Amino acid sequence: MPGTDPLLLDEISLLLVWTAVAIYVLAFIAYAIDLARRSDLALKAKDEVVARELVTAGGGGVISAGGGSSASTPAAKPRYLWARLGTVLTALGFVFHLVATVLRGIAAERVPWSNMYEFAMTGLLLIIAVYLAVLTRYDLRFLGSLMTGLAVLLLGGATLAFHVEVVPLADPLKSVWLVVHVFVASLATALFALAFGLSVVQLIQTRRERKLAEAPVDAAPKRSFLRTVPNADALESLAYRFAIVGFIFWTFTLIAGSIWANDAWGRFWGFDTKEVWTFVIWVLYAGYIHARATRGWRGTRSAWLSIIGFTAVLFNFTIVNVFFKGLHAYSGLTT
Amino acid sequence: MTDPLRPSDHADSTSDDVTQPRLGVVGWLRWGWRQLTSMRTALVLLLLLAIAAVPGSLVPQRSADPNGVTQYFTDNPDLAPVLDKLSLFDVYTSPWFSAIYLLLFISLIGCVLPRTKHHWKALRSQPPRTPARLSRLDDHRSRTIAVDADADADAVAAAAVESAAVQLRKSGYRVARYDGRGTFSVSAERGYLRETGNLLFHGALVGVLIAVGVGGGFTYTGQRVLVEGQAFANSLLDYSSFNPGRFVSGDTLTPYSMTLDQFDVTYVPPGQPGSGQAGDFVAHVTTQAPGGDPQDGEVRVNHPLDVQGDRVYLLGNGYAPTVTIRDAQGNEVFHDSVAFLPQDANMTSLGVIKVADGLPEQLGLLGFFYPTMDVLPSGALTSTYGALEYPTLTLRVYEGDLGIDDGTPRSVYTLDPSGMTQIAGGDSGNPAIQLMPGQTEDLPNGLGTITFENEAPAGAVGYEGSVKRFASLSIHRDLAGPWVLSFALLALLGLLAALFVPRRRMWVKATPQGDSVLIEYAGLARGEDPTLAAAVDQLAAKHGGSLPEASGSAVAGGAGAAPARAAASDSADAGGAGAASARAADSASAETGGAAAADPDPASADAGGAGAAPALAADSASADGTASTTPPQSHPDTGKVD
Ligand code: HEM
Repeated sequence: MPGTDPLLLDEISLLLVWTAVAIYVLAFIAYAIDLARRSDLALKAKDEVVARELVTAGGGGVISAGGGSSASTPAAKPRYLWARLGTVLTALGFVFHLVATVLRGIAAERVPWSNMYEFAMTGLLLIIAVYLAVLTRYDLRFLGSLMTGLAVLLLGGATLAFHVEVVPLADPLKSVWLVVHVFVASLATALFALAFGLSVVQLIQTRRERKLAEAPVDAAPKRSFLRTVPNADALESLAYRFAIVGFIFWTFTLIAGSIWANDAWGRFWGFDTKEVWTFVIWVLYAGYIHARATRGWRGTRSAWLSIIGFTAVLFNFTIVNVFFKGLHAYSGLTT
Repeated sequence: MTDPLRPSDHADSTSDDVTQPRLGVVGWLRWGWRQLTSMRTALVLLLLLAIAAVPGSLVPQRSADPNGVTQYFTDNPDLAPVLDKLSLFDVYTSPWFSAIYLLLFISLIGCVLPRTKHHWKALRSQPPRTPARLSRLDDHRSRTIAVDADADADAVAAAAVESAAVQLRKSGYRVARYDGRGTFSVSAERGYLRETGNLLFHGALVGVLIAVGVGGGFTYTGQRVLVEGQAFANSLLDYSSFNPGRFVSGDTLTPYSMTLDQFDVTYVPPGQPGSGQAGDFVAHVTTQAPGGDPQDGEVRVNHPLDVQGDRVYLLGNGYAPTVTIRDAQGNEVFHDSVAFLPQDANMTSLGVIKVADGLPEQLGLLGFFYPTMDVLPSGALTSTYGALEYPTLTLRVYEGDLGIDDGTPRSVYTLDPSGMTQIAGGDSGNPAIQLMPGQTEDLPNGLGTITFENEAPAGAVGYEGSVKRFASLSIHRDLAGPWVLSFALLALLGLLAALFVPRRRMWVKATPQGDSVLIEYAGLARGEDPTLAAAVDQLAAKHGGSLPEASGSAVAGGAGAAPARAAASDSADAGGAGAASARAADSASAETGGAAAADPDPASADAGGAGAAPALAADSASADGTASTTPPQSHPDTGKVD
């Protein structure tokens, strides 16, 4: 952009990134409060149901209209106000985050994903975007604190540790494949992140369900946000759905990366460290998909594979990028 | 049986897992083969493969980073030989890594072949019989239509089933009619593509492996350094290094020649972000096939040049100072442009000049070239910029035996000074020779002179163009690539089908009951199928529209996705995938005149439950296939949905 100073644009972008991080922190807090309050709300709502079923037993009122029949009780369905606040804040943070990323791209006059700082920025933007998009179909707000927590930690951390000035692209990065390969990889990461969150909650839920099954029938129900979360089976099949879409994208990433490697380095595969890890992650998720189809592995064990898979993704992004030696030396950090 | 064949320990498999081996060798062999081709073995091998691949990223590999391996041996003299014994510097060709993936692929083939045969048969067989009690299935809807007094209930039922069959066939189902014992029914199945995709995916993986293994044998790569103005012929002799595949011999090389006309590079000027960074490397070349016209071409990073089916890559570049050495009488004994290898980002470069003949003794010169020379506080020289701003060449001179006459190959980039006497630079008593382009100095001891030639065209300003550049090119012929890519894309296609095409069965059954006909719809998922409930809803709704007496009919759904577990955990607003495995009690009775109430549990308000079309308020199953986790209660007299 002639006339605008890229340095200035980047500074504005940086300011917006920190604003986004701050808003994500607030969203995280709101979601955390929501989780803490959920079980209470659910319990009250249940009492309310019992009360109202008594009321409506003889009448013909439509149930949703029956709420508020008693002024002293809170609204019938638990309205997760804090969760709603969390989502609103997340969306607001997302807007700042998006503008920051776009500005960075304008400042650099290229796609904003060509060094560690920019990978983190775009990758987390996609994680939040996918999370918000999925919210329109599934109520996964119980994952909100995890997602915003991830965003705060990684975006804040990356900005502190990895921020670099805009510099011209190194030659090997000047390729359409940078646009495609890295973007799709980030998208896959976002989906894996959601699957990871669901698998974590699934494990906790499974434990709780086991305890419930073992507990005496008349035992007082324990308070826990898990009461308001789908059962382990449902969590598992939802995690699986995100993971398989992520897996498709990852497979594509692998193929696109090989084509790019063939153009840039003259071989499509060479077991460079980054290639190794991309392959390891692919195999881990193939294992996860298999585990779901293998008797005795469905459930907890396959959930662990999803968790290990995402850990490998994070490891690949952080440790491998910064500390491992290889051709993919694009962290933008000079040693 | 048209179900896909699955290993016995597949989660959907009904066959017994623990099969005792029958006695005898054959029994044991069969048992062993069953084990090898089981899901569990495949899974364990996959996980082993993932783990086994990791060490190759922790320890430098000979294939990717040979210098790193050498360095590792220097840094860890005790550990390195041990690791070497374990093939840890060649992980991906090691016996243990190979064993894992070979076993995996044997298992894969053993698994896929019988499945392919089975699937081939399934593709040409009919959908299975309609089950006797459709209401037992997870996703079940029903409606009753009244029959006019003068109409024949059987005919109405048959017509209804026929219209359903047509409808199903139109939506891609394979259908078969099963009438008899007072009922009419159609059985439909779709999604064979899912298994086809799965087999294609697994098969294509084998293809990738074979293409890599076999194609690698027909592949060659060769390296060559070209200084501006130099030419090269594509023959074994002209390569500085050449790595042929197993099936490549020297005479299979396509003949052509290539000249490096010019090498360009730009630097970010000082004061700008990333200053000094080099980029836009371009090697301008002229290529010529025998009998053909010369052609101009460009080799860039990311944009290899295609020449007669070979691909030419740009690997590196640097400066090649042109040096002339004359003896004491002024006769030229050496004149060449020598490639100096860059040592840092500012192109401080190191090179060796060897003068084998023409002087009393052989001469070795160890040179440093600085495109923009500067002096560090310590007095040492350095380069501060990659372009030619203040080009300086310094040389130490050694006299004696170069060791190149005994036949052992020596790198042109290294000088072994043992057995030689240093006569300039260091402790020799003479200062090192320091030259800028165009300058000439005397060699020590009256040996002669040395000139650093200025290659810039006459009349040039500054030092731009005063020193030639070289490009290091890598030339590849890769027969495997296109095959590997094709198989990989096939695998991706297969994967898409295998993961996203739903495989399901549908049944529509009509049972005449005096003056009415009971029509039932049911669906059954084969494998992961989150949208089954919605599909059954859709089928029922669409079929209902085509029925002549649709007015009086109503549909009730038995799509109970309310397992005990869900109830226990109060799972409320999640809209979480409708537990397809849950067996619902026969709830919402078909006779219910009105629609069943939606969502008695207020907590599930967010679930998007009750999303079904108004006329078909099934008691759960929402439109997008999620099912609310409401217990299957029906409220006959509440919530009539109009
Ligand atoms: C190179 C090794 C392998 C890889 C990377 C791999 C990968 C996959 C993937 C990604 C899927 C999911 C796609 C689908 O459902 O079609 C899958 C499914 C499947 N694989 Fe493999 N596989 C491998 C080896 C094997 C072997 C050795 C067997 C035989 C035991 C096998 C049997 C199956 C079966 C039966 C399914 C269908 C699972 C289902 O019903 O959902 N695979 N595999």
